[in-house]
Amino acid sequence: MKKIKRADLIESIKNLCKEANYYLDKNILKKIEELKEKEDKAISLEVLKQIEENALIAEKKNLPLCQDTGTVVVFLEIGNILIDFNIEEAINKGVSLAYNENYFRKSIVNHPLERTNTLDNTPAIIHTKFTNTNCLKIKLALKGGGSENMSKIKMLTPTAGYEQVKNFVLAVVKEAGGKACPPFIIGVGIGGNFEKSALLAKESLLRDIKDSSEIAIDKKLETELFAEINKLNIGPMGFGGQTTALAVKVNSYPCHIASFPVAVNIQCHCARHKEIIL
Amino acid sequence: MILSTPLTKEKLINLKAGDLVYLSGTIYTMRDQAHKKIIALINKNQPLPFDIENSVIYYVGPTPTKPGEIIGSCGPTSSYRMDSFIEPLLQLGLSATIGKGERSLKVIELLKKHKTVHFSAVGGVAAYLNQFVIDSELVAFKELQSESIKKLIVKNFPLFVTYDIYGNDIFKK
Ligand code: SF4
Repeated sequence: MKKIKRADLIESIKNLCKEANYYLDKNILKKIEELKEKEDKAISLEVLKQIEENALIAEKKNLPLCQDTGTVVVFLEIGNILIDFNIEEAINKGVSLAYNENYFRKSIVNHPLERTNTLDNTPAIIHTKFTNTNCLKIKLALKGGGSENMSKIKMLTPTAGYEQVKNFVLAVVKEAGGKACPPFIIGVGIGGNFEKSALLAKESLLRDIKDSSEIAIDKKLETELFAEINKLNIGPMGFGGQTTALAVKVNSYPCHIASFPVAVNIQCHCARHKEIIL
Repeated sequence: MILSTPLTKEKLINLKAGDLVYLSGTIYTMRDQAHKKIIALINKNQPLPFDIENSVIYYVGPTPTKPGEIIGSCGPTSSYRMDSFIEPLLQLGLSATIGKGERSLKVIELLKKHKTVHFSAVGGVAAYLNQFVIDSELVAFKELQSESIKKLIVKNFPLFVTYDIYGNDIFKK
């Protein structure tokens, strides 16, 4: 059985934090380039141009893409491997080192009411899942406050249908407007229970920007919502135009006969996630 | 359009929501917790760390400055969170604020009433905006870390007029 070394895990977390802060996913840039073609409003085009320029400068100068270097969210997919140390402690060690060594902003406070800064951006938010592999997969996302603040959950009634899901998602996107730094990636979680739906939505944001759901009805939702969101005329930074969503992702899960949870997690254009397999 | 501080009220007359302007001069960083402290000082009639009259406040919490650099990444934070703090500052003669995203109808009205402009910088392009800051100095509330008040000197800082003094709104398309 493969044994994971604590030092390797710490190093990996450190590197993932660095890469996520400095390098915007090339596929996001490609998508922006593609949508730019359709955008005819001058100020909205200027926003897209600045987003592209920002990615070049961040990479060249090793400056964080966004000053909000986020909450570190880690998804661990744990295979049949041996871990003989405190994995959460090690992850937080990696985060702490990454944020202090690289002058990233420390945005975490110890308690929502007391609000004392923890000074190293820990603790990370860690989710675990068990897989039947022989490795440890780490998916790491940096989630800024602006777009997270505009995210929402609603418990629909079980007889609600497809249209109600769509209406809720559209309402959340409209309310987010320019506040959450559009163009967005919209993560939608349907099913599960209260917390599961939020997790589904968050995890959907870590999917490749180009992929589609393998479940036919989820894929249909993704396609239709993408088209409808881009007709809302929110546009880059809310200045109007056709580029409001870069992608819509829907993840689903079975749920209770009485329930129909829907969660919408908004991701700004500065979508920072990286992964590694140990 | 080129603009420079102090942004006296006459300079705001020709600005229209939707205009792209390049601002040069002095601006002050201030976000949530610093607003809370400043408002407390105003309420207690105590001296303020900088003169609000004709000043520009930038809603930002930059990343820490690397040795030898002027500032870190420094893009705007959401303006709406500062909505409840703006009125006393407007009464002291604030000229402009910089942030991102929509503000409340009440703030749009207040801006109009006090002939104050609100600008947006593009959110999430913080490395790009770093280039336009040519000096930075701590002014107050060091303990607030990224939320401390800093005085920045900017050169050709790109901004979008978001709410002008006539109540026009860039988000109303
Ligand atoms: S919403 Fe995203 S791009 Fe905008 S400031 Fe927050 S982290 Fe940065």
